[in-house]
Amino acid sequence: MTPTTAPVHRPLRGPGRGRWTDPLFKALVTTSGVFVLFLLAFMIIRTTADAWPIFQKEGLGFFTGTEWEAGQQRDLPNIHGTYGAWPFIYGTLVTSAIALLIALPVSIAVALYITQLAHRRLRGWLTYAVETLAAVPSIVYGLWGLLFFLPVVLRPVMVKLADWFGGFFLFEGPVFGLSYFSAGVVLAIMILPIMTAIIREVFAVAPTAELHAAYGLGATQAEVIRKVLLPRSYSGIVGGAMLGLGRAIGETVAVAMLVGGSQRMGYSLFFAGDTMAAHIFNTFQDALPETVLGLMAIGVALFVFTFAINVLARLLVWRVGRNTRDAAV
Amino acid sequence: MTALDTSPTTPAPRRSLREIDARTRRRQLASTAMRVVLTAVMAVAVLPLLLILYVVIERGWSVISLQFFTEDTLPFRMEGGGFRQGFVGSFLIMLLAIPMAIIPGVATAVYLVEYGKGKKLAALVRFVTDVMTGVPSIFVGLFVYAAVVIGTIRLGFGTLAAAIAIAIVMLPIVVRSSEEMLKLVPDHLRSAALGLGARRWQTTVKVVLPAAAPGLATGSMLAVARGAGETAPLILTALGSFTTTWYLVGERQASLPQLIHQNAVQPFPPGIERAWGGALCLVAITLLFTVAARLVAARFGKRREGM
Repeated sequence: MTPTTAPVHRPLRGPGRGRWTDPLFKALVTTSGVFVLFLLAFMIIRTTADAWPIFQKEGLGFFTGTEWEAGQQRDLPNIHGTYGAWPFIYGTLVTSAIALLIALPVSIAVALYITQLAHRRLRGWLTYAVETLAAVPSIVYGLWGLLFFLPVVLRPVMVKLADWFGGFFLFEGPVFGLSYFSAGVVLAIMILPIMTAIIREVFAVAPTAELHAAYGLGATQAEVIRKVLLPRSYSGIVGGAMLGLGRAIGETVAVAMLVGGSQRMGYSLFFAGDTMAAHIFNTFQDALPETVLGLMAIGVALFVFTFAINVLARLLVWRVGRNTRDAAV
Repeated sequence: MTALDTSPTTPAPRRSLREIDARTRRRQLASTAMRVVLTAVMAVAVLPLLLILYVVIERGWSVISLQFFTEDTLPFRMEGGGFRQGFVGSFLIMLLAIPMAIIPGVATAVYLVEYGKGKKLAALVRFVTDVMTGVPSIFVGLFVYAAVVIGTIRLGFGTLAAAIAIAIVMLPIVVRSSEEMLKLVPDHLRSAALGLGARRWQTTVKVVLPAAAPGLATGSMLAVARGAGETAPLILTALGSFTTTWYLVGERQASLPQLIHQNAVQPFPPGIERAWGGALCLVAITLLFTVAARLVAARFGKRREGM
């Protein structure tokens, strides 16, 4: 018997092009991964290049100047207006600070309730409820905040606060409604889900053995939470708070509808103002070419803020490791 | 030998373990107080969701009729009319944006999971997508305006530019969720496929991706829900329109979220009513996608435990 290897051998090796499919596939998916890097780089370069004349003219005054007067001429290489973005920066800072002050304790409490107190069956439902808040579109928050929450719930609260603490500059009246405060409170509701999701995960990865050891030593539930769970979750909580802050800073539509869109800046929380994102949103449609460059400059500054905050937050949460299925929150 | 400090002749009265002293009672009280506070905060935190759903349904329900879907918007002062151009616009924008986000998104996730283990480049890509989920959508709108609408490509305002912006918003969400899903596929499936002589790409395309398909669908649907509700980038890329248009390039396009905004900020009751109707539709669409995604995820999770 003479073995004829050829017919067996050939189908195994297949046609020659088979050898190329693997490297080709690898190149394809690698390209798409690298594309994401290039996309972000291109986003930064393109917008910064457009906004450069504004930064060049104003220098650091862009961040500290209080006058924003867009140029009306149409001879573009020349910049005529004055671009001081401090009122918008103040608006962004103060609205997101209010949001964070309200949302941080609430999200810690909610995360604690869900992971430590809730019955197992209730746990799933509560998680759904909080994450559904994240699925509600921003425009719906804006509409609901403007036409229901502000007149029905918030305005009475603001009037009372202004009555009680009116002497302090942050709570100075008169109360009109649209204000930093109203935007900040609605923002708090909007960033609650993402902060809760992250903080919940941080609590969930805390080793149960340690908690049980504390219980075994006779600690009450409050003591276990305060002395065992919270200390070891500290960096994760800070990371979650910063991710929420990043969201709050970049949030546009709901804030644009609630903050009042006034360019006259006041330091009181009850005055109408404008945030960076809201100003871009409100002005863009009637903007002249030069104004658009100014908006582009605000956009770049906004991007730099959120980018820095996000990088810090991710570095802090990095250790915890993200295992939610829900990347949207 | 040293003497004991206290003589054992007078033993302390034996106390029952069930007897609770003041200190312990205080500690228990503090714990109960904390439980009450946490429960109260939890209840307050769920309240906004209920309020939003209730108000949107209550105010939007009366507006919804067949006319609402088949007619264009009338001026803000006039009763009647619908949001047809918004539905058409949002539909077209999403139709273009979904493949633009999901194809590169899943490909990037495949790169991260199948080829990127322990590589610096993959770690960088992962980090950048993570950071990109936090980029403000208005900035994405500005970029698309600068690069696509007027600058590099000069498409002008319209459906395609808007779709590009929405796709950029969706892309990092798709990448991150798909990556988590691909990681869940057990390695022995890959080993089995490779052991049978399949090539890497065959293993990926014919074994790993089908095994992760429900999970990939979940992530994509969440991304769609997010993309459909985006408003900020649309104002800078689609610009809005008062009539229905099916053109993809060269004509301004309307969208549901933007119509809601336009009608809501005008002080005319008929327009505001329509805005509530639009909001109800938008909430219904996004919640539908979110709930469907969760159902798929739940079934996927069950099957995974069995594997």
